[in-house]
Amino acid sequence: MVLELQNVSFTIDHTTILKNITGRFHKGKITTLVGPSGAGKTTLLKLCNNLLTPTSGTLYLDGQPFSEIEPTVLRREVGMALQAAPMINGSVYDNLQLPRKLANQSLSITEAEKFLHAVGLSSSLLQQVANDLSGGQRQRVSIARTLVNHSHVLLLDEITSALDRTAVSEIEQLITTLNQQHGVTIIWITHNLQQAIALSDNVWVMVDGELIATGEPTILTHPTNEVIRQFVEGALR
Amino acid sequence: MSYLSLSLTLFFVLIPLVLSKTLNLGLERDVVIATVRAIIQLLAVGYILTFVFDGDHPAYMLIMILIMITTATLNARKKGKHIKGITWKLVATITTVEVVTQGILLGFHIVPATAQYIIPISGMMIGNAMVLSILFLNRFDAEVQAHKDEVELILSLGGSPKQAIHHQLMQAIKASMIPTIESQKTIGLVQLPGMMSGQIIGGADPMQAVQFQILIIFALLTNATISSLMLGFLSYPALFNERKQLLNV
Repeated sequence: MVLELQNVSFTIDHTTILKNITGRFHKGKITTLVGPSGAGKTTLLKLCNNLLTPTSGTLYLDGQPFSEIEPTVLRREVGMALQAAPMINGSVYDNLQLPRKLANQSLSITEAEKFLHAVGLSSSLLQQVANDLSGGQRQRVSIARTLVNHSHVLLLDEITSALDRTAVSEIEQLITTLNQQHGVTIIWITHNLQQAIALSDNVWVMVDGELIATGEPTILTHPTNEVIRQFVEGALR
Repeated sequence: MSYLSLSLTLFFVLIPLVLSKTLNLGLERDVVIATVRAIIQLLAVGYILTFVFDGDHPAYMLIMILIMITTATLNARKKGKHIKGITWKLVATITTVEVVTQGILLGFHIVPATAQYIIPISGMMIGNAMVLSILFLNRFDAEVQAHKDEVELILSLGGSPKQAIHHQLMQAIKASMIPTIESQKTIGLVQLPGMMSGQIIGGADPMQAVQFQILIIFALLTNATISSLMLGFLSYPALFNERKQLLNV
């Protein structure tokens, strides 16, 4: 599935968060959004999941404007794992079953175990209280829960920011596996530039709500303009 | 009660005034305003009720009830300013409570269809519906603010607004009903209800007063259920737009 933005701007309470963003997320690719805090990256992901509507401009999924797609259908196609990985009260199984319950369907224990295995977790966690999980486990369950909808596009909002080094490398492996073995288009945010360079097919650099540059990860290793250079060197935070 | 006896009750106003002044609580002005307002409002209501009871005309009763509903709505809507259309939602809720309650009481001839019964019972029902509405609106707002992440999570997974807000809505409905249910559990043991006390002081047979009080507490239970549920289900859609997105409330 191709996700495209045409002149997308977003303003809230008289503050402009995104300014005239135009670009395309290619099918089956991993695109990483990088940029200083407050650049509008999370807002961009929320627009892609249709949790927000742009003030102006249009988003398209496979050429069809978002406004013509039923929001709940759209959100199942373009799934999102939120930064805080919120869990509903109950077990890991209850959380994995949630997307199906929302669609008045059920998820068998066997299927739930399959989704847990897909994110590298043991099926013994299935009956554990979800809110008792470690940070890394929560993020994995959050991703697994999104996979239950069989989304073709996965939006991941800083899912490694609060994790230790081991958990980070496991999540990186998971992202690669989801993309290469399951063909999921991945759009994710990270503050770790090494991660962005290592995992991405494409990188979007955002500063102050503007899309400064897009391209292969080499735009981070060999910056072509001054703003990117300043960001890479840590002058912009 | 003579006017002299009534004026002596001002000692009950003097005590908080003196204590507030002594302890620098700064409540003197509020106490004076509250006292003056209470005297004026109750005297006015006394004269109006005398007029309505003497006339005993349906139009007078209807006007009284409309004034009660309007005042209750204007008071409660302050707590739901962020909910679009809150005024008519409150009017619909409070009016339904009044219609259902009076419909049962008058339809089954439980009380006579006279102003002497209809007006005081309406006052209790509409007043309780107003308090329930305020409790619900306060709690609902707090629940949504505290659990925005969960609401967004369910929306992001393809849930409908109703599914996304269900938990917060139920919590607010339950929380607003708890005071009514809890007060019924201890009624007569901890406190004698105001209406029953008033009747007994006024010389009514205590068993007669108890019978009317039972009628009122049962009616209040229905009142609480209808108020919370109806206002809840009328209010939650206003928190979302047509694209099923949680509005910035």
